[in-house]
Amino acid sequence: MDWLYVLMPIAGVKIFWPGLIILGIGVGVIGGFFGMGGAWMVTPGLNILGFPMAFAIGTDIAHMAGKSLISTMRHGKFGNVDYKLGCIMIVGTVAGFEVGAQMIMWLEKLGAVDRVVRWLYLVLLALIAWMVFADVAKRLRKEREAKMAGKELDKLATGLEWHKTFHKIKIPPMVHLKTAGIYCSAWLPIGVSFFTGWLAGILGIGGGLIRMPALIYLVGCPTHVAVGTDLFEVMISGLYGAGTYTYKGRTELVAAIIMLVGASVGAQIGSVATKYIKGYGIRIAFGLAVVGCFVSVLLKLIPVYYPAVNQICDVSATVLILGLVTALSIYITVKMVQGAQREVAAKKAKV
Amino acid sequence: MPVVKRLALILATLWLTAQTALAAGGGGELIVIVADSRKLTGIMAWWANLYNESHLYFMLLTVVLIPLIGVIFGVIADFIMHFIGIDLSSRELAEH
Repeated sequence: MDWLYVLMPIAGVKIFWPGLIILGIGVGVIGGFFGMGGAWMVTPGLNILGFPMAFAIGTDIAHMAGKSLISTMRHGKFGNVDYKLGCIMIVGTVAGFEVGAQMIMWLEKLGAVDRVVRWLYLVLLALIAWMVFADVAKRLRKEREAKMAGKELDKLATGLEWHKTFHKIKIPPMVHLKTAGIYCSAWLPIGVSFFTGWLAGILGIGGGLIRMPALIYLVGCPTHVAVGTDLFEVMISGLYGAGTYTYKGRTELVAAIIMLVGASVGAQIGSVATKYIKGYGIRIAFGLAVVGCFVSVLLKLIPVYYPAVNQICDVSATVLILGLVTALSIYITVKMVQGAQREVAAKKAKV
Repeated sequence: MPVVKRLALILATLWLTAQTALAAGGGGELIVIVADSRKLTGIMAWWANLYNESHLYFMLLTVVLIPLIGVIFGVIADFIMHFIGIDLSSRELAEH
């Protein structure tokens, strides 16, 4: 069975290549569907496959850039990418990320940085999960009330409408974001991207997990446009990250390419699935993914206070993340196949 | 103030903020990892040697190859999906 293993030229380790393809498919599906890079899922996966930590992050970022490019191409064709918004946000994201990363270096000098970061991450994930489910609950309530009044709720109605308050801020220059259907101060997307970039820099993540809900709840993007535009951002930041990590000699391109084989298929499935699943379906699934991520971070934090349970927590966190990736990928794939079957059948019926 | 000037001012401010933050940072020496190319042959050996010789060329090639491979896979998938019969040019507007 030696043919199932490939020697990584830079890291010098033998890796089970079908595992890389499967991991690529899973993360591609989820990334294309939710509009995020998915570093929090890939790193434990690469570790299990035997990757040294030094190469796991760089390899993950390199494959993320390629995968996001494929997803952005697909979402762009569906009209889900607001390029103007994406370009405005890149400025804030990069500046915010660098400030956050430097803050981490400063915190490191003070000590206890790991614990602070993990707790901050936990609070943030809890906040995002609460935001998503509060939004869903509020929309359901609106739906019930409309039904009781004998009316039908507007299809574009949302639960939380914080963005409407932010849109009232009229500090020039004002921008019209056609694809997202937003007219707001340019400072809103710049401010939001700086804030999410800063958080991503502090937490050491790509930022899709924070930026996607921020685009929905703070900027006011429709769910599909938030997914597409976020992927455009992930693509640019991924390419930048791939460049810097590779220059530092921490990228295994062979592994990234093998993962891309799977991720290219997965990214297509995830992106096309957004065509068949409605905005609130995406939001609920995203909320569940955030809850899973929250529990896995919590499991990593428990051993800091109770070292005796270190191994159990570590294994549980890995099983949870991989289980979540598998379950979500299967759900999205099934929905995509069902939707595609309906579409093809409808086309045949027309003919 | 014209929009272009204002935008340039915003960009310059953000750039300077990042630069100031960068200047504040310290950081230790990076650990240098050397690829063992003795066990490798062909393109793999060439790739490992390129890594050992110049991280700059290695980086440039990686940054070019990743999007290139992405585009190739994307176009292949486009072709397959068109063949299956999935409409890739439009989607109905779902709710917000």
